[in-house]
Amino acid sequence: MTPWNDHNGTVHPATAMDFLPAGLLRALQLQRLRATVERAYSRVELIRSRMDAAGVEPADLRSIDDVRRLPFMVKTDLRDTYPYGLFASPMSDVVRLHASSGTTGKPIVVGYTQQDMETWKNVLVRTLAAAGMHRGDILQNAFGYGLFTGGLGLHYGAEALGAAVIPISGGNTERQIMVMRDFGVTAFCCTPTYFVHLIEAAARMGVDIKTLPLRLGIFGAEPWTDQMRAFIEREAGIRAFDIFGLTEIIGPGVGAECQCQNGIHIFEDHFLAEILDPETGEPLPDGEEGELVLTTLSKEAMPILRFRTHDLTRILPGPCPCGRSLLRIARISRRTDDMLIIRGVNVFPSQIEVALLKVEHTLPHYQIVLRRERDLDEMEILVEVTPEAFSDSVGEVQRLQARLCAAVESTIGIRAHIRLVEPQTLERSAGKARRVKDLRNATPPCKSNSSPSSLKTARAV
Amino acid sequence: MQIKQLSVFLENRQGRLSAPCAALADAGINILTLTLADTERFGILRLIVRDVEKAKSVLERCGFVVKLTEVLAIEVEDRPGGLGNLLSTLETARVNIEYMYAFTAHNAGKAVMIFRFSDTAKAIDSLAAAGIPVLKAADLYERSGGLNSAASKIDQR
Repeated sequence: MTPWNDHNGTVHPATAMDFLPAGLLRALQLQRLRATVERAYSRVELIRSRMDAAGVEPADLRSIDDVRRLPFMVKTDLRDTYPYGLFASPMSDVVRLHASSGTTGKPIVVGYTQQDMETWKNVLVRTLAAAGMHRGDILQNAFGYGLFTGGLGLHYGAEALGAAVIPISGGNTERQIMVMRDFGVTAFCCTPTYFVHLIEAAARMGVDIKTLPLRLGIFGAEPWTDQMRAFIEREAGIRAFDIFGLTEIIGPGVGAECQCQNGIHIFEDHFLAEILDPETGEPLPDGEEGELVLTTLSKEAMPILRFRTHDLTRILPGPCPCGRSLLRIARISRRTDDMLIIRGVNVFPSQIEVALLKVEHTLPHYQIVLRRERDLDEMEILVEVTPEAFSDSVGEVQRLQARLCAAVESTIGIRAHIRLVEPQTLERSAGKARRVKDLRNATPPCKSNSSPSSLKTARAV
Repeated sequence: MQIKQLSVFLENRQGRLSAPCAALADAGINILTLTLADTERFGILRLIVRDVEKAKSVLERCGFVVKLTEVLAIEVEDRPGGLGNLLSTLETARVNIEYMYAFTAHNAGKAVMIFRFSDTAKAIDSLAAAGIPVLKAADLYERSGGLNSAASKIDQR
């Protein structure tokens, strides 16, 4: 039996690294960690001064666990050193620059050497192969091309895999559907929210995605849930795979789901993952949920040590049936900085998504609006009405509201006002969905809302 | 015998009523009659038009959620007690009315009411047993000159 040979024997050779025996993988990680830290220490001022302050030198890394002696890096480190302060390569060795969208303040800038581009391609070939893509597939890449890492990252990965790439980028929904139908597209990548939008738009245009050759979707760049996956798979007749990546680390390609669709395999030969208590920064036992912290093991232009991702996840126990030896983490549907504190209760937008999708006939188009009225947090959830859920009877529509309200209350323990809105009225974006509108900062903070947790509340958007 | 009614979901905010009316007007579709059920948070616009399928696709293209519902058009005497007779017949037959509204066209001392029953088949049987005529779609459309001019005069909510 060859458990990984799960797509017609067309496994790309790059995938071999997914199956490296654990002992070899650990040895490779340690060797690469030492080289990376050495490089960062000697070339990046911020990293050297932090390590000096912590009293740790590159030579102190004797085992993989010694990574814990290194100081953390956070997103603001990248902002503070804008644009090139964390580069460990001279610009003459850098062949690509990308930047995060940067909705607040300055963007963050990341650089890649030629070798980094090879690494990036390698992890994306493995990402796509894990989802079952191969030579001969036609990939419609609706991630944005440009400064965002999603579009170009997947583009080069898919080409290296041998797939035919349609570099359509985001937006222009009608053209997306026309191309999907006319070009015989077999694989699609974009954010899950945008794909749901495409499903609806296709239906309006009289195109049934289920009858097209499209067989799989590669979705990422925003947190989503298993309920959303079930919706997409059912409505489009495809298999939907989650991919994981961060601009700061490399872009897409940090980890990917395999055919088992049960957790994300981290490409451990290039990235070292730790799960830590988000408050104390101490390591957590396998299986406990905590903050994912990542260290790059082979990046040249911009080595990143112990980056606090704010993503909450846990290590899944036991080997994956696919045979990959890589660490598996639970798919990420929440972040420490996603967390809303509503009347002192911690709430994640993904919990609300799960609750809403429990009610039949609702679509995952929703927005959470938070206000403070007379010193009390009020949560309103706007949900778009669907033809299936709508009735000509006022009573029926009110019962739908009540069912949504009950589903949310039973999930998070807080009563929310449900407001049904007309279709297509909530913001659609080809990029990341904006699920939360926090208007509470408009009024002075009140004491009852302060939380003992060090986790940040969601930023106002 | 049944007449197809269009129901449109509207948010309860300013200007929402004019959009579907304008969309239908642009497509040259006459509104024969309409009623609006509103709550604090949303409204349901119910419309009767001749070309139901065309109206539905026009509204859906404009992004509205539209539902087709079967309703009955019943003629009642346009005099005191005319409606009362009909209602007591329905009550005796234990037929539940979900909602009803008046049709605008008049015809020689007769008024037309649109009814949505919880059990339409049962309503038809009871009305037939009581000798109360239910209008066919063609009869209804014949009586109506249309309402688009009136709809455009309705104040924006």
